[in-house]
Amino acid sequence: MSAVTYAGTTIDVDAEGFLTHPEEWNEQIAAEIARQAGVEELTQRHWQVVNFMRNRYLETGSAPSIRTLGKASGVPIKELYELFPKGPAKLAAKIGGIPKPRGCI
Amino acid sequence: MAHHIVILGCGTAGTLTANRLDRLYGDAAEIVVVDRDDRHIYQPGLLFVPFGTEESASIVRSRRSQLRAGVDLQTGSVDHVQSGSSEVQLADGSTLPYDVLVIATGASLLPSETEGLTGPGWREKVFSFYSLGEAVALREALRGFDRGRLVVNVCDMPIKCPVAPLEFSFLTDWHLRERGVREQVQITYVTSLDGAFTKATCNRELSGLLADKQIELVTEFNTGQVDGDGGRLISFDGREVDFDLAVIVPLHGGSPFVLQSGDLGDELGFVRTDPHTLQSHAAPNVFAIGDAADFPTSKAGSAAHFQGETLVENIRRFLDGEELEASYDGHVNCFIETGFHKALLIDFNYETEPLPGLYPDHRIGPLPLLRESRRNHLAKLAFQSLYWHMLLPGRNIPGVRSQMSTAGKQLAAAPLGASA
Repeated sequence: MSAVTYAGTTIDVDAEGFLTHPEEWNEQIAAEIARQAGVEELTQRHWQVVNFMRNRYLETGSAPSIRTLGKASGVPIKELYELFPKGPAKLAAKIGGIPKPRGCI
Repeated sequence: MAHHIVILGCGTAGTLTANRLDRLYGDAAEIVVVDRDDRHIYQPGLLFVPFGTEESASIVRSRRSQLRAGVDLQTGSVDHVQSGSSEVQLADGSTLPYDVLVIATGASLLPSETEGLTGPGWREKVFSFYSLGEAVALREALRGFDRGRLVVNVCDMPIKCPVAPLEFSFLTDWHLRERGVREQVQITYVTSLDGAFTKATCNRELSGLLADKQIELVTEFNTGQVDGDGGRLISFDGREVDFDLAVIVPLHGGSPFVLQSGDLGDELGFVRTDPHTLQSHAAPNVFAIGDAADFPTSKAGSAAHFQGETLVENIRRFLDGEELEASYDGHVNCFIETGFHKALLIDFNYETEPLPGLYPDHRIGPLPLLRESRRNHLAKLAFQSLYWHMLLPGRNIPGVRSQMSTAGKQLAAAPLGASA
């Protein structure tokens, strides 16, 4: 665990930069994490996915998979890869300030 | 008047729930279990069928004969649940009213949701081992496979027994070495996650396992299409992995009736359920247990076993008008076969990742956690008898608590985040 400063706020992140305390998140932090990951601007379509991801995690305790995003976020899988290159579920989780999607081990 | 309790599903979770409830209530409850057939499959045994080390006949028993005499098993399929009027509609048009409903219908395999998976090449060079028919078909194919690239692929989470595809890879390595053809076969493990081991301590303790066994790893690969003719997996972002033999764990969903039952389930058909009380979000007299629920823990028989105690206590509390207890902590433990007569054992819950230690007693074990040992392998083999004689009857195993113990575990070693 280490501390980083995003948008003037110092917060705890894990070794890969995922927030350890989802409640410390705000939209400015999201924008800064996105820029560092190569997403220059968070459009309304990005926000639709990030908000879905975050809300679902806070409701159920687990981060949705790409398949759930494709079925329920309102953004189809192909577009998810355009918005969040390489790993949409992982990157959207990082930007949304929730823990990394994991397996059991 | 007797309580009417209906349980949908007579697998691990449904059977142990029915037996626990019958022992608690006797004649004071009328317990009906619904399932589509009378074949109970010991699912952990499926892993061994492709290698010929488990006979298909020995892992199938009658569902009815696992139930106590006071429990009624009805065969039929569920059309939908009307939680507003507390009724189950069966596909034959009949209705089952209930005071309490337990949904224990497990997870369904959805191979047709992945383009091409069941198309050309299916059961010729594209296989699975998550059902008995598929595991038997794979056994025939594996027997004659002596050169080329064998790919083990998990399409996406969640799946039942998330460690099974890794175990399958380890056992394949062993099987091919025993046959003396390992050097001519490349084994590749392809996962949608960003590693074979995604939790910090597991990654530290176990990352050498794949390299030691010369199993290649491809990560963050979400399979969008299977080209059986061409022998290619194609990811949603256009990457390709070639294969001569593919062993694929298909997408999973809940039981189809859940999607027809209003707001009972999520978009994948898993029942939206409180992870600590096991009460559904849809209605106070509907509960869910095991793989059917959307709990953020592994889908595994041990989870259903540990949930059993909480579930039955909360059904009693609900019927007596008491407040429910939030006592299920996400506890799961799993054996992980690593081949060569060895296995790992992991023990974890919602809050705590798998850590080293001893189990079930933190001082004397006898089973080491997160470390390969012969003893764990023998325990896994012995577990099949415990399954039929202790788990399904709904009995607690002496010395094994439903809640996870942190005694003897080095919690400081692991930075904890809420984990999924």
